[in-house]
Amino acid sequence: MAYPYVSERETRVISRGFGDPMQRVLDIYVQRGGYGALRKALGLSPGEVIEEVKRSGLRGRGGAGFPTGLKWSFMPKEPRREHYLLCNADESEPGTFKDRELMRWDPHQLIEGCLIAAHAIRSSHVYIYCRGEFFEANQILARALEDAYAGGFAGDDIMGSGRSIDVTVVQGAGAYICGEETGLMSSLEGKRGLPRVKPPFPAAVGAFGAPSTINNVETLAAVPHIVSNGGDWYRQWGTERSPGTKLFCVSGHVNRPGNYELPLGFPLQELIDDVCGGIPGGKALKAVIPGGSSVPLIDAADTRACALDYEGCLEVGTMLGCASVIVMDESADVVKQVRRMAEFYAHESCGQCTPCREGAAWTVRILRRIEAGRGTMEDIDTLMEITQGMVGTTICVLSDSVAAPVQSSIEKFRDEYLSLIRPEHRVGAA
Amino acid sequence: MPPSLVNLTIDGRKVAVRKGTTILEAARQVGSHVPHYCYHPGLSSPAMCRLCLVEVEGASKPMPSCVTTVQEGQVVRVNSEEAVGHREGVLEFYLVNHPLDCPICDMSGECDLQDYVHYGGRERGRSQEPKRVFGRDDFGGDVLFYGDRCVMCTRCVRFMSEVEGDERLTVVERGDRAVIDTFFEEGLEGTNWHGNIVDICPVGALLSKDFLHKARAWDLEHSPSVCTSCSQGCNVELHVRDNLVQRIKPRENLAVNGWWMCDHGRHNYEWMNRGGRLQEPYARVRSSSTGNGSSANGSSGNGSSPNGAGRSSWSATLSRVRDALIAARGGAGTLAVASPFLSNEDLAALVRLVDALGGGRVVYRSRRAPDENVLKGFPQLARRRDLAPNTTGLGLMGAKRVGDDDGAGGLDRVAGHDGVVIVVGDALHDQMDDFAASASAFIYAGSHAPPSARSAHALLPVTNFAEQEGSFTNLDGRVQRFSPALIPPGSARPPWFVLGALAASMDGGEMARSTAEAFAALSASSPAFAGLDFEALLEGGAMAKTEPTRGEGR
Repeated sequence: MAYPYVSERETRVISRGFGDPMQRVLDIYVQRGGYGALRKALGLSPGEVIEEVKRSGLRGRGGAGFPTGLKWSFMPKEPRREHYLLCNADESEPGTFKDRELMRWDPHQLIEGCLIAAHAIRSSHVYIYCRGEFFEANQILARALEDAYAGGFAGDDIMGSGRSIDVTVVQGAGAYICGEETGLMSSLEGKRGLPRVKPPFPAAVGAFGAPSTINNVETLAAVPHIVSNGGDWYRQWGTERSPGTKLFCVSGHVNRPGNYELPLGFPLQELIDDVCGGIPGGKALKAVIPGGSSVPLIDAADTRACALDYEGCLEVGTMLGCASVIVMDESADVVKQVRRMAEFYAHESCGQCTPCREGAAWTVRILRRIEAGRGTMEDIDTLMEITQGMVGTTICVLSDSVAAPVQSSIEKFRDEYLSLIRPEHRVGAA
Repeated sequence: MPPSLVNLTIDGRKVAVRKGTTILEAARQVGSHVPHYCYHPGLSSPAMCRLCLVEVEGASKPMPSCVTTVQEGQVVRVNSEEAVGHREGVLEFYLVNHPLDCPICDMSGECDLQDYVHYGGRERGRSQEPKRVFGRDDFGGDVLFYGDRCVMCTRCVRFMSEVEGDERLTVVERGDRAVIDTFFEEGLEGTNWHGNIVDICPVGALLSKDFLHKARAWDLEHSPSVCTSCSQGCNVELHVRDNLVQRIKPRENLAVNGWWMCDHGRHNYEWMNRGGRLQEPYARVRSSSTGNGSSANGSSGNGSSPNGAGRSSWSATLSRVRDALIAARGGAGTLAVASPFLSNEDLAALVRLVDALGGGRVVYRSRRAPDENVLKGFPQLARRRDLAPNTTGLGLMGAKRVGDDDGAGGLDRVAGHDGVVIVVGDALHDQMDDFAASASAFIYAGSHAPPSARSAHALLPVTNFAEQEGSFTNLDGRVQRFSPALIPPGSARPPWFVLGALAASMDGGEMARSTAEAFAALSASSPAFAGLDFEALLEGGAMAKTEPTRGEGR
């Protein structure tokens, strides 16, 4: 047992350095084979690197699951101006704490991944947009970057290859919405962190008006391993459509919460029972949010049927998201949890789109009223209707993230809402 | 079909529009209005109000029509059940925090939120919770901000940064706490175009201090007109209540002012409402040997004017004036002083009268600003140096500018002239009481009777531009029509009518009975205006031939 908790069922690829302070030291990292993948990648053409990543089937770990190699291939092959690789390290989804650990324990792995990706998309400038509150991660990353520059692994003429790539770490200023890819770009440019309308997509018009590729920390951390060992090697784990390993951030009512790297397709129930040691006090499971607070929550029955990969989660009506598993036992108050999530989103809404700006705050007020025992049956219908008006109607998907927990909780745990409505108010609308 | 056109179907109607057109603009071209707030044709489109979402066949989500460009074969539904239901939902969101204080809101009656909710909103809102309160803020300049009414379309923020080019407003905070604000204590003070943000605010969040609680929108009559504050010729509307101009609003004309106008022009209207007007025509017979006046009342004459002339009817006065002019013409010739606020038709009548008197010289005075004030984001628009609407028209008709940049001086020759002197519209504010005292005949036509017109043989009450129909020629040579907005006082008549009647009585020609006829006479007599159609001038105007017409066979 090391790192807060580890499990023998884990497959530690990108998390192999977790709990080992020496992994941060450049010399040790290099001794352990670090920057070998970068050396190999720089000997390949950008197209060859993209092919290898495509072969691995690596999908974006930020939540959307878009194929990484395909995304890279959208970038201009003959750049007419400087274009960028952006690393999204603004990890802010409630329940998620994987990117922070990747940066804290293994900063060079991320830097190496960024440099390889930059090479693949023919970019010579990487921006790592790191959440401002991650003070320690920021410091470690900055120190590691200094070492990488000093060691000739970043900057001009990397390892004598003739290729020059700069890396800049940028600190966010505390907004969830800056983790949305276009919001991140606005913030990076020094503007308010407002998401932008797509199209144009980042590969056409991204940061500073230039084509940009944006990848999550975990995605880029997997890249050196894929380049070193080959795409087929990576496919030994996971499923046909969701290959590889994934970090699962487990929180809530489990005996051993933490980060666990598991092959995709791992059964959710086994994650809770075996990997995390089950629910404290032997209590019964009530609900699980498998992908971070913006995905629909599922009940105990769905949990038993849920395989943790992109497709498996869709089958039980939820999403893998960024694989932040929040476990609630029978003592949890679902309405209160949903209200707290809605409050978070109402607070973090950027305020551009009307359905999100007004709808999120309105949803919170109704939920508070229901919680305080002043709700009516109509309120439940109203909640369903107004959150439906927030799905697919806005520039980004923050609005949808309010709807997901509210709608799924009403569908799966309607009784909890009804128990808060006074008997005299229970008549009327169904 | 030219290849640059794209065919699509909007609400079942087939339409071909230029490639690159947005769905919203394409719908507008077939007469289908897509409700919107954040979109404005003169600004960038952030697509954030989410009201203009339409159903596009094959798209998984409703599409923002303001930024979605048309595709060949696209099938768009603006008024399908889905689109209408969606709009209803968004409008309900708008009303969650909007105070619905329409009874005390200046925007009421011309408010897009009011209109859209009446047209496509829910019958009853479902929000029971207390509304968020921001209160009120003075943004400086002419603008008051009523935060609670704001729909967060950010048109004002974008106008200031993109069009005025002076970032004075921004959004602070986020979520439903987001609110428009100035930067610290620096408001709109000192900017020259901020009145436009009141125009483009779709609700009553930004109000003009000048217009505050002055009139309800539905009590205002709108007259298309042209701004008279400089030679740019911004297309405007005069909004009138109780026969007083209450405010000026810009009117769209992409060739001249886009959708905008400057604050100088916007607030320069009280002179149109000024009282103490010259209401009746006066004429007197003056003994040329003594220079002292003796009254000669006309048929309706009763009472006397400040300079001792008798009030009379138009026909009696004009025949008396004609007789005086006939007696006085020849000799030292005619000197006329025009005003750059006179219409093309007025000027043509003046020129004709001067010609009927045997020819002479027409001069004018006008104020000039030290520099232009260009609107950065729409640079063809500026507050021009010439602070009058028709200096170009005067020039085309051979009038010469005299005097200094304050519109003073330059009249020494006229003041001491012993032939015929005609002054139309110039207030002679800097002239002595003995102005033109030695003239063989001195006719003064104006809206007011200034002290310097004391020696006039006749005072003829004429309308100002707001009370009449006519056209101005702007600095580019664009001839633009304006419509009457006010009822003229007493017997005041347009200058073209009064001067035209006099000229006709002397040269035996036709007398114009309408502005259209006066313009037709102008276009027949002046090559610069040849071929222009008065009826066509109201929308957009038309270019006069400001270049020499040599070689065109005329």
